[in-house]
Amino acid sequence: MEAWKNFKSGAWQHGINVEDFIVQNVTSYEGDESFLEKISDKTANLWKQCEELLAEEIKLGVLDIDMEHISGVNHFKPGYIEKQNEVIVGLQSDAPLKRIINPYGGIRLVESILDTYRRPMPQTLKIAFEDWSKTHNQGVFDAYTKDMRTARSTGLLTGLPDAYGRGRIIGDYRRVALYGIDYLIEQKKADLANIAVSSEEHIRLREEVSEQIRALVDTKAMAASYGFDISQPALNAQQAIQWLYFAYLAAVKQNNGAAMSLGRTSTFLDIYIERDLHDGVLTEYQAQELIDQFVMKLRLVRHLRTPEYDELFAGDPTWVTESIGGVGVNGQNLVTKNSFRYLHTLTNLGPAPEPNMTILWSEALPEAFKKYCAKMSIDTGAIQYENDDLMRPIFGSDYGISCCVSAMSIGKQMQYFGARVNLAKALLLAINGGKDELSGKVMFADIEQDAAEVLDFNTVMKRFDLVLQKTAKLYVETMNVIHYMHDKYAYESSQLALHDTSVERLMAFGVAGLSVVADSLSAIKHASVKPVRNEQGLTTDFVIDGEFPCYGNDDDRADDFAVDVVTRFSRYLKSHALYRNAKHTLSVLTITSNVVYGKKTGSTPDGRKYGEAFAPGANPMHGRDRSGALASLNSVAKIPYNEVCLDGVSNTFSIIPTALGKTKEDQIANTVNLMDGYFGQNAHHLNVNVLDRNKLMDAMEHPEKYPHLTIRVSGYAVHFARLTLAQKKEVISRTFHDAV
Amino acid sequence: MMQSKGYVSKIETFATADGPGIRTVVFLAGCTLRCLYCHNPDMWTTQGASEYTVEQLMSRLRKMKPYFKNGGGVSFCGGEPLSQSDFLIQMLKACKDEGIHTVLDTAGVGNPDAFEEVLSYTDLILLDIKGVDEENYYRLTQRKASTATKFLETAIAMSKPMWLRHVVVPNINDSIEHIEKLYELIKDIPRVERVELLPYHTLGNTKYEKMNEPYPLEGVKALEKDVVQKLQSHLDLLRLSA
Repeated sequence: MEAWKNFKSGAWQHGINVEDFIVQNVTSYEGDESFLEKISDKTANLWKQCEELLAEEIKLGVLDIDMEHISGVNHFKPGYIEKQNEVIVGLQSDAPLKRIINPYGGIRLVESILDTYRRPMPQTLKIAFEDWSKTHNQGVFDAYTKDMRTARSTGLLTGLPDAYGRGRIIGDYRRVALYGIDYLIEQKKADLANIAVSSEEHIRLREEVSEQIRALVDTKAMAASYGFDISQPALNAQQAIQWLYFAYLAAVKQNNGAAMSLGRTSTFLDIYIERDLHDGVLTEYQAQELIDQFVMKLRLVRHLRTPEYDELFAGDPTWVTESIGGVGVNGQNLVTKNSFRYLHTLTNLGPAPEPNMTILWSEALPEAFKKYCAKMSIDTGAIQYENDDLMRPIFGSDYGISCCVSAMSIGKQMQYFGARVNLAKALLLAINGGKDELSGKVMFADIEQDAAEVLDFNTVMKRFDLVLQKTAKLYVETMNVIHYMHDKYAYESSQLALHDTSVERLMAFGVAGLSVVADSLSAIKHASVKPVRNEQGLTTDFVIDGEFPCYGNDDDRADDFAVDVVTRFSRYLKSHALYRNAKHTLSVLTITSNVVYGKKTGSTPDGRKYGEAFAPGANPMHGRDRSGALASLNSVAKIPYNEVCLDGVSNTFSIIPTALGKTKEDQIANTVNLMDGYFGQNAHHLNVNVLDRNKLMDAMEHPEKYPHLTIRVSGYAVHFARLTLAQKKEVISRTFHDAV
Repeated sequence: MMQSKGYVSKIETFATADGPGIRTVVFLAGCTLRCLYCHNPDMWTTQGASEYTVEQLMSRLRKMKPYFKNGGGVSFCGGEPLSQSDFLIQMLKACKDEGIHTVLDTAGVGNPDAFEEVLSYTDLILLDIKGVDEENYYRLTQRKASTATKFLETAIAMSKPMWLRHVVVPNINDSIEHIEKLYELIKDIPRVERVELLPYHTLGNTKYEKMNEPYPLEGVKALEKDVVQKLQSHLDLLRLSA
């Protein structure tokens, strides 16, 4: 076949197997970044126009909304920035940054968003989704129990995807480039023919596969509207990128999931680029131009969100996460020249939060690549790192990260996203007889009220354990309801079409406030903690007498509590069966929601006051990690990934530049060592911010001076300017590791 | 040999300025000098320091080993680490037994009988040259000339690599003449890998207030960055053209 000319043959030619294609054809690269080319004139011209639009968008909140159409793979006319300069084309709607209305998650939400941006609610939309049909949100609330509603309203369970797209699904967008749409349709039709109508699950699957086929047909038609026939495999690098991007575009035209991640595309595309470079039909300058323009398009992806959503997840994130680097199961280095080209977009187009560049770090990565990553981290603050040596044995060598820290085998696994439980609130329920500490609402009726003058560790722990058990059951049931309804009313057919039909499902539970709970338990055990109660008997504050060890100082007396709590909770979750035989996973990740969780949580026994922000993810509480950076990292490294927190353990690390080393060269070498040391202990994830607090304070006062200042917040990066005031303050109050 | 106990004022797990690579710094309590610019007056005595056995301290340091690739390791400073020479020897030896790179950050003040054994387990010395002559030494440290010369002689005899450091204070030793004297003093020392001029800073001032101690350099401002850069390049030029 012309499209596969000069590719090495293998299993990938006899069935869908992108992993094998990569294994057979990858050209590993051990060199440094000196081959990289500068931005092309065409790209510079386009990006300048985009920057103007982006500046306008920051002022308005939302640049424009398409009021004529609703979400769908082929519901929009083709859109361009400036056609003659675009080497990769395609926009979500017919104009850049023009957002799409997606009514499938919930119609009332759409109404409230439109109201925020002073747009009239289209009457047909209201009638269609309120009178004639229903949405995911309505389905969920039809099935929710009283306890589920209480857990939701008190904030024990928060951020649940019951009114917006669950996201976190990564289509294997590479399949379209490698095989062409027609072959994928053929394969799905063959799968459909083999699904017997023998159970409810099989009936559902038949309906889903039929929808997947329809989505593939629509994707082909959408590409045709841009003048491309993607029915056949891509013939060259430009087509490969374009085909892959159309597949991704179909996903973000149809869905508005919180995280719409890209997968692991750079090394796959490198194979096409290498072939073209070798054949002399492409230059390095052109190769970089293709990647720059592809990345530029990814930076323009938008979804229509409510202000409440923005408060939870700041900076308009879309989590177009791209996983770069890593090692193959056979020890093959998967870093290619294209891994460098992706990171180089941060230089050519300037630092930006999207796509969410994620380095799959292995001790075995080539030194030159490690150093380049460290350099780009120091220069741009836009990169996150995850431990390939930890994930590869579990997910194989063709997995990708969705959202911030969630690993999944691409095209073989999908995720049911589950937001998170507020552990600090769970602890307060244990101390307040099962009542919410703020509203007094009864969450769990049969928890005994604590009446002790000084909290007794064993009593609190016993009750906390009981609360965790009850929470786990309620959490599982809530998630089962949500995903049943999401599959039914807002099925992501364009993304699932790019998965194996017999997909493995992961259900990702989460916890927030881990460090607050670890320190609280440590305080109750090692110091004397007296609850202050109001007339209803609810705790309003705690008086602490004496010293206690805190999580984040590499001190097992405190760190063991964090390990114990996640291990217990994971075990309790696993004792309940999941919808569609999904597999339980758990994350310690808050994104920026740690600020909102803090606002909605009363004072805690660790001395944290009502309303104060939690630390993000698995981070130690602000300023309590006093033993230096390595001790702090070592504490987080103890949180078990394998078997327990298989959906990720997020750590955001901020260090001032001079503490990293005197010269740039030292800073780079030390960053590499820091990563090798951290990940060598089976730690999972690290966001690296190299900047000082003064710079952030100045950026708060003078945002115009720092339009591109990008920082890593939890599992993603944001433009600092797009954070809310409360979030900016929280970021500034974090521990910035300094040296003596 | 019986395991002695050591007094540790502080452990900083991540440092990059006190030796090569990533380092964990152990601050051993106790120092007999009273340098005008001392920023760790809280480490003059063992008061308030924590007691550690060699094994207790090693169990903390061992956890940092994963970060010590590319030359990193443990640095002992203070206070004056030589003031606890028995404990220091055991710690340095324990580190070497476990393959950890060792740095001794010292002014060379302590029991001279221990110098040779201390240095036999030391990979790199960060030697703080306090003064360029007796008078200058006394002015800055408020102590008469000490064992520092003897320490330097031992280090040279044992052919130890060194980084030399010298704190520069405004109006006291920030002149070109002074830096030239310093150069004369150090120019014949073999195996000097770096010479660093450290600008005087005021970050330690609040510690004096807390301790109710008068601050000897009250009112002296931190040394300007460009001044220290100028002096450093003058010194570097002298060394290069030698």
